[in-house]
Amino acid sequence: MDTALQLEIENLYARYVHAIDEDRLEEWPGFFAEDGRYQITTAENHERSLPIGIFFASSRGMLQDRVSALREANIYEPQRYRHLVSSILVMGSEGGIVRTQANFQVIRSMHDGAMDLFATGRYLDRIVGRGPAMRFAERLVILDNKRIDTLLAIPI
Amino acid sequence: MSSSAASWPSGLTRVPYHVYSDAALARREQTTLFEGPTWNFLCLEAEIPNINDFATTHVGETPVIVARGPDGNINGFENRCVHRGAMLCLKSHGNARRISCVYHNWVYDLKGNLTSVTFQKGINGKGGMPADFERGKHGLRTMRIANVNGLLFGTFAVSAPPIEEYLGPEILKRVKRVMREKVKVLGYIDQALPSNWKLYMENVKDPYHASLLHTFFTTFKLNRLSQPGGIVVSQSGAHHVSYSMLEGRDKVSEYEKTELRAKKEDYRLADPSILDGVDEFGDGITLQILAVFPNFILQQIQNALAVRKVLPKGVGKSSLLWTHFGFVDDDEKLTGLRLKQSNLVGPAGYISMEDGAVGGFIQRGVAGAGDTQEIIEMGGHGVDSGVHDTRATEMPIRGFWKEYRARMGL
Repeated sequence: MDTALQLEIENLYARYVHAIDEDRLEEWPGFFAEDGRYQITTAENHERSLPIGIFFASSRGMLQDRVSALREANIYEPQRYRHLVSSILVMGSEGGIVRTQANFQVIRSMHDGAMDLFATGRYLDRIVGRGPAMRFAERLVILDNKRIDTLLAIPI
Repeated sequence: MSSSAASWPSGLTRVPYHVYSDAALARREQTTLFEGPTWNFLCLEAEIPNINDFATTHVGETPVIVARGPDGNINGFENRCVHRGAMLCLKSHGNARRISCVYHNWVYDLKGNLTSVTFQKGINGKGGMPADFERGKHGLRTMRIANVNGLLFGTFAVSAPPIEEYLGPEILKRVKRVMREKVKVLGYIDQALPSNWKLYMENVKDPYHASLLHTFFTTFKLNRLSQPGGIVVSQSGAHHVSYSMLEGRDKVSEYEKTELRAKKEDYRLADPSILDGVDEFGDGITLQILAVFPNFILQQIQNALAVRKVLPKGVGKSSLLWTHFGFVDDDEKLTGLRLKQSNLVGPAGYISMEDGAVGGFIQRGVAGAGDTQEIIEMGGHGVDSGVHDTRATEMPIRGFWKEYRARMGL
């Protein structure tokens, strides 16, 4: 095992979830390559090779638009996420792209006191660069739960 | 709280709030509406393309199976063993020559006939069903199925009129407009709504709220009530279409060259490619939301196509099921546009994110409101069938309640 690579990837994952959980969403697109892909789907769709996304972005610009829509346009009750990420596994590497996967749980706490396990599943990622220059070329968020409660505003 | 006719006013502009929390009313909706002479959307024909394919869904709260039998015909029946009531098919989709209950292995064919009862004659001459038990009298309760250009509807009631008559020509024409080719499923999204199912249908049938609740439209100048468009209300008032279009067919290219680009600049989209739609229906209509009573929606938002149905899950909760689709002859570019534009809809949709939540705001807001009444008076008092060139109206909501009250005897 490439320990240095493992630690760099764990660091990337940690920085990613802390940015979201601490509502620093403006930093979120920066975790992706310029032409990075980000998609949230369900295990059901993924296993049946159905391409629809709950979120679907094929550029960093689309991720920036998500953030500006959340800040300026969309209406949703105040809420916060707490991501728990574990079992971060480097699966392989070729042509400067590292393939990784990890498990996640997202606990959503609403402003009125309600708290639920909102999402659980795995990340399936392709990562380019090393160290602080590491970026997601692709982050596929595959939800085990095929049902989304009410709305999904904040990215996972 | 009361579900009696007495708590309803005579006109169509007021609805008592108890309709969203009355358990007795919800039970009657199941028997009178969903299992009465209405047509319930089941699934797309494209979901069961092959012999012995099946899909499971619900008619109201009743679990049902839609299956393509060995003869290629599509059948629909309850997903509930006649023996002890266990659900027969647990999966959403599958392929099977017969359907057997896991509990006691009662077996059915894909028309819903009971074909065998395990140990019907007992074991070694002991036990078993009485001699007068006739399997032929104990099939699964079946539905009539109607296929409208690949949309499968079902009804449990023999008295339901033919689907064409149920929809009426104005609605049927606009269903066929969207269902122009053989369908390809792009994926499923299941959204839990914290509200009674009728609140979602009212939201769909409310053209008034679009530019007000969904500030994505107005903030980024994508749509306004002043944009040409309007509503079409069916003869009965039960169904409707809400639509908007570009300035006019002849001006489409000019519009695309100038105004759309200006809009993108106003929006300051980092990646404006989400707005790159194509006029695949050739009529300049960029949005068509079509609702069929009681709980079906056919959606065209630019090139994002979907069917939706909202199913009651108890009194104060419901399930909104989205099936996104394109057509088998779509090229990669068109599929790409559909995937990008699907960001507009669904639980994370730029323009529909709020729709799931707002029903919950009402559900929470009217707790304890009893017979207090909501005001549904925008655009007048009545329901007039035909085309109306305004969306500053709540006429489709009045149409929904007119139909609801007629069927429920309220």
